[in-house]
Amino acid sequence: MGRDRIAVALEAGGIAKRFAGVNALAGANIDIRAGEVHGLVGANGSGKSTLVKVLSGYHAPAQGGRLSVRGRAVRLPLSPAGARELGLRFVHQDLGLIPSLSVAENVCLDELATARPRWISDRRLRRRAAEALAPLGLDVDPGRRVTSLGALEAALVAIARAARDQPAVLVLDEPTRFLPATERERIYELVAEAATRDSGVLLVSHDLDELARVADRVTVLRDGRTVATLDARATTAGELAALIAGGGSGMPRRRGPADAPRGGEAVIVEDLHGRVVCQLSLRLARGEVVGLTGPAGSGFDEVAYLLFGARRARAGRLHLDREFDLATMTPARALRAGIGLLPATPAHVRAVGSLTLADNVMLPRLDRYPRRYGLALDGRRLSADARALLLGHGVAPADPQAPFATLSGGNQQKALIGKWLAMEPALLLLDEPLLGVDARGRVELSAQIRALAARGTAVLCATFEPDLLGDLCDRFIAVPGGQQA
Amino acid sequence: MNVQGLALPAAWLAVIALFGALEPDTFLTSANLQSILGSQAVLVVVTLGLLFPLCAGDYDLSVASTLTLAAMIVALLNARHGWPVVPAILVAVAAGLLVGAVNGALVTLLELESLVVTLGSGTFVSGVTLWISGSNTIGGISDNLVNPVIAWDLLGIPVSFFYGLVLCAIVWLVLDHAPAGRRLLFTGRGRDVARLSGVRVGRMRFGALVASGGIAAAAGVLYAGTTGSADPTSGAGFLLQGFAAAFLGATSIAPGRFNAWGTLIAVYFLATGVTGLQLVGLESFVQDLFYGAALIVAVALPRLVGVATQPHSP
Repeated sequence: MGRDRIAVALEAGGIAKRFAGVNALAGANIDIRAGEVHGLVGANGSGKSTLVKVLSGYHAPAQGGRLSVRGRAVRLPLSPAGARELGLRFVHQDLGLIPSLSVAENVCLDELATARPRWISDRRLRRRAAEALAPLGLDVDPGRRVTSLGALEAALVAIARAARDQPAVLVLDEPTRFLPATERERIYELVAEAATRDSGVLLVSHDLDELARVADRVTVLRDGRTVATLDARATTAGELAALIAGGGSGMPRRRGPADAPRGGEAVIVEDLHGRVVCQLSLRLARGEVVGLTGPAGSGFDEVAYLLFGARRARAGRLHLDREFDLATMTPARALRAGIGLLPATPAHVRAVGSLTLADNVMLPRLDRYPRRYGLALDGRRLSADARALLLGHGVAPADPQAPFATLSGGNQQKALIGKWLAMEPALLLLDEPLLGVDARGRVELSAQIRALAARGTAVLCATFEPDLLGDLCDRFIAVPGGQQA
Repeated sequence: MNVQGLALPAAWLAVIALFGALEPDTFLTSANLQSILGSQAVLVVVTLGLLFPLCAGDYDLSVASTLTLAAMIVALLNARHGWPVVPAILVAVAAGLLVGAVNGALVTLLELESLVVTLGSGTFVSGVTLWISGSNTIGGISDNLVNPVIAWDLLGIPVSFFYGLVLCAIVWLVLDHAPAGRRLLFTGRGRDVARLSGVRVGRMRFGALVASGGIAAAAGVLYAGTTGSADPTSGAGFLLQGFAAAFLGATSIAPGRFNAWGTLIAVYFLATGVTGLQLVGLESFVQDLFYGAALIVAVALPRLVGVATQPHSP
């Protein structure tokens, strides 16, 4: 094959996917060349993860999509096994390693799962694992357990596993999201190394600076469509951000800061140390909506969890109406102090899909209901209040007895925000509150959060994409990157 | 309630109709009805206790051993040492609560698997029972216990049936209508959701295991009263029967949830089936066949019709 011709590793066109009446993808196109690092960016809900899941065979796209791999047309939908056979390899955010097994067993997992060896030799496994790790310059003892690896080493092992048999396309879904900035350099080296071996690399990321450094080209998704594919080296982070956000977002411009009551500084966080974040101090006034952001690796995204006690802080103090030691904070204590937290992901920490909407949204408030015979809840009132809450937050359908999982993603988010807004907390912590919500829903939810703040709640919103929250927040606090835990 | 929730009550009526047609002279008699209703109180009580850990996503495999230990304590204190019935009962129930507390502490403080912990503690407790009884059956329990369990009756039905009924109503109120029940449900289905909604998950699981230990001991007291004696091994069968009834009950009334009334119906459905099969001439081994098959059918059925009843969240 002529070296002058650019070999296309993967080409997908017209990929569409609807969930419960919402277009997650509405004609996405992407082409990935062999030997390039191709960035994929877009706001939350723009369809990045849906596109990746179509390629991995997890979602079946709508009719009419086209896919070819290494120049050969492929029939959609793919099965997970089919995607494998075509040479598509994926490293998801959770890395997909089995912690209790050794590095060698993890690297050779596919062989162990699919081949039928008569005899599994530890020595052979280790040799094969070492062969996979060495070309990428990884010096990890294959006999070690994955639990003993640091976050960086684990990520590197996961990438090395996926890259080891020269896949057509290696898809990396935010591999650096949970790493401090100082450790991300090794990942970039590995990504570049993988690309030199004639694999195409698709790098999904929120971090535009990161893409500007490692990517050759970048594809931008917005509202399920491909907006542009650009030469990464000739594009600035600012230009990308503008493409991601789009022109008119349909949101009202930022309102004047006058309409919220200003108390004193109601919430003071001092000297917070977490897994990544280091010596952070924050002040929020009553009635203020503050965005908290920063580059990947700055640890801004763990702050909400540390303040709520969902993740144990190494040190830190929180003043609300009184002082709390964050090293001993628990969610139950936080809730009693009037703090609410809505996590962004994963789904199973947000709600229980098999239980009803009423059960899910009323769970933190059961104590407030009078009991009959000192024991039984007033189920009718509970259900009526749940319906009122759902109607008030524009959840459709507002059926309190429907299982939570039957709602679409946007409606689930509305219901969960309603769950916490109805608590009228003193401090509300939101992680990516407008994630996966369409433009209209964003306007509604923003208005509801603003209304809550107007009644005196301090709101802290963590987000990778401050642009999305520009009309919601009074101000932003950026946590600087490059901190080392 | 949907159609699916009525399948078990319907199956129960079908079993009654079937054996009523096959053996009208023995099956459809008030004596047989009284025998079925009265003989199952022990299983009803122990299974209702089991619902708490199952709802919280934990297994308690020590209930049958705890039951046997409690029965043995009552027999030893009352028949051998001449204690009055009430203090003997209190000691027995306290022993059950202690077993539950040890289970709960191991599961929540050390974060161990409840399945393994209660398998071990159950075997340990069986050993204790054999030890304190010298592997003997202890008879001669006072009529002060036997009478209020089986000799007295109400509307011709032994009074122990009503103990089970009352406990069923209480468990129903707690699980379905008290805040604690809702929290227990979330603890089992989505531990992280519960934790992030302010539920003290460890405390819920601990409490559930203590409750099942205490209620299993109460079942043991009933068992001692039913037979007027205690032997160190015969209570073991309640473990499988309890799980079969709990899982079968979870397919009924409120399908997909462990629930009190479904459990009650499941116990009597199983007892009716076994009694009927024995009346048509099958031997006692049929009980094991029936309960074992029922447990597997109960967990397979929701998979086949697409409702999740597994006590552990995915």
